Amino acid sequence: MTVETWTWSIIILTLIAYGYIAWRTHVKEVEGFYVAGRGVHPILNGMATAADWMSAASFISMAGLISFLGFDGTVYLMGWTGGYVLLALLLAPYLRKYGKFTVPDFIGDRYYSNTARAVAAIATIFISLTYISGQMRGVGIVLSRYLGVDITTGIITALVVVAFIGVIGGMKGITYTQVAQYGVLILAYLFVGGAIALILTGNPIPQLALTFTDIATRLSQIQVDLGLKEYVAPFGNFTMLQVFTITLALMVGTAGLPHVIVRFYTVPKASDARISAGWALLFIGLLYTTAPALAVFAKYNLLQTLNGKSIEEVRAIDWVAKWEKTKLLTFYDKDGDGKVNFAPGRVFKLSGGRPDFNNPDMNSKNEIHIDNDIIVLSTPEVAKLAPLIIALVAAGGLAAALSTADGLLIAMSSAVSHDLYYRILRPKATEAQRLLVGRIVIFIAAAIAAYLGIRPPGFVAEVVAFAFGLAAASLFPPIVMGIFDKRMNREGAISGLITGLVFTLVMIGMQRSVQIFGTPAPLMGDFLGINAQGIGVVGMLLNFVVAFIVSRLTPPPPKEVQDLVEHIRIPKGSADVKGEGH
Amino acid sequence: MDKANADAYWKANTSLIRNLLIVWAVVSYGCGIVFAQTLNNIKLFSVPLGFWFAHQGAIIIFIVLIYVYAAQMNKIDRQFGVED
Repeated sequence: MTVETWTWSIIILTLIAYGYIAWRTHVKEVEGFYVAGRGVHPILNGMATAADWMSAASFISMAGLISFLGFDGTVYLMGWTGGYVLLALLLAPYLRKYGKFTVPDFIGDRYYSNTARAVAAIATIFISLTYISGQMRGVGIVLSRYLGVDITTGIITALVVVAFIGVIGGMKGITYTQVAQYGVLILAYLFVGGAIALILTGNPIPQLALTFTDIATRLSQIQVDLGLKEYVAPFGNFTMLQVFTITLALMVGTAGLPHVIVRFYTVPKASDARISAGWALLFIGLLYTTAPALAVFAKYNLLQTLNGKSIEEVRAIDWVAKWEKTKLLTFYDKDGDGKVNFAPGRVFKLSGGRPDFNNPDMNSKNEIHIDNDIIVLSTPEVAKLAPLIIALVAAGGLAAALSTADGLLIAMSSAVSHDLYYRILRPKATEAQRLLVGRIVIFIAAAIAAYLGIRPPGFVAEVVAFAFGLAAASLFPPIVMGIFDKRMNREGAISGLITGLVFTLVMIGMQRSVQIFGTPAPLMGDFLGINAQGIGVVGMLLNFVVAFIVSRLTPPPPKEVQDLVEHIRIPKGSADVKGEGH
Repeated sequence: MDKANADAYWKANTSLIRNLLIVWAVVSYGCGIVFAQTLNNIKLFSVPLGFWFAHQGAIIIFIVLIYVYAAQMNKIDRQFGVED
């Protein structure tokens, strides 16, 4: 069978499996729809969280991004894992003890304010919607590159599957499909990482191959010889302050993402929420410690295979010819010597943030253009893996995108149907009405996501990267203070939240005004050396400081709210939380 | 649960959190970022130490920290009789 037949078979097979799981786990009550009936085993919840969390970007693009950034790629490696420590220690067990269904639920009750509830619900919808459009682009990439399916058809098909799972199975269906999706994506990733590690170093375990062989040092030396930055040396692409702030913004943002937090509402007890965060990070860490190894191996291999060879020679290699067609790998013989060489700088000039393949950048001698996505996508062919494994990688990329999309859809659905509709607009709504609204919202959100994925307005791609900064500056501080500072009150939390959110939005808007508003130059370079990706950290600090000061100048929260804080601090009784009360 | 006992439980919890977050910050922001350049002069097996922390070590230690917290808290919960 050809690679294409294998890919079709595996993708169709996995989609049927996901649909079957959702159908088997269909739900009829809100407890199942929002929080999977609080009956998910901590290890399974760990797997579901890992799939929920690892997006198309983690699976397809991250290793490539790291191989380009070298040491500084740590902003993604540490930034997208360290937040789980914050979640486990500061948030998950207490929110699980509190019970109920959503993050805005907690913020609204803890700050005895429907304004706070509404702001938190709107922040949830906004963060999730920007995030989901990125997943849809990932689906488009996988389907168009492997199967030649038109991107629009690909996105619509994927969303029908995702919406079906969400509508039928609710959180329960999503949880168990995510467990299956985790299996597919991690298997694919480890196969790829292991195969290339074995070929280049003789050790099939990528993490060990990276640590115990000198391949990273050799890559570093090759890069230096070519005039590129030393791979293992820090701060070649960002300043130390930028690495620091971006990493922190991503960590805190992770801990503030509603679709991640809500996963910890689904385990039976508060103590399960703690250990489940450990399992989640273990499962995520399997991919996140493989990615930097894969980045080193793939880059080493590309430099060794391509640099200084004649154009005919490199085009004779199967995978080079294939990926050149997709423009993920492109050559431009600038000096006309018939050979291709790596050098610092860009091969092509950029137009609208993408390389313009007809317009070489003559200021640089670089003649080999490598798209970040190629590192994961091409490695199975480079390592001469069986067509089955190549097909598995396509299915893995798809699983990563679909699982994240589903988690986001249910987060948006509960923010609208539970927080806005039931808790604020129609407190007398019946369970059946709430479920109906929840299911309709999944459809509407899926339709909007499809539109954003097919026709991304220029700024959407920009905003996706900043969803973390916004989550860090808005939702994280009021939740943490709601648990750890009994004196924190409504006035403090709301003014902090608004300060953090507005500051971060304004800063991102000004620093990225070219992409967002189409101004000729950015309205602002950076803020005290901190760029737009890291600015959420400043927003978060402002949020904490403003909230603290305002809360001390205004009356303390009412007695029953202080009792609520004492109640969530004690794990005892968390297993009894059922239904509406606590 | 009386107030004194509840306060003692909360104190035990927050000191544990503080200690673990210090380790969290030292391995990531310390070893992986601020002191990475210096640590890169030392080799761990075949790779520079700063690079290893930034690309492998910090993540592994994060995982261990969560398991330690979960295990220690189960102990503290039982000690104060507040296990769930």
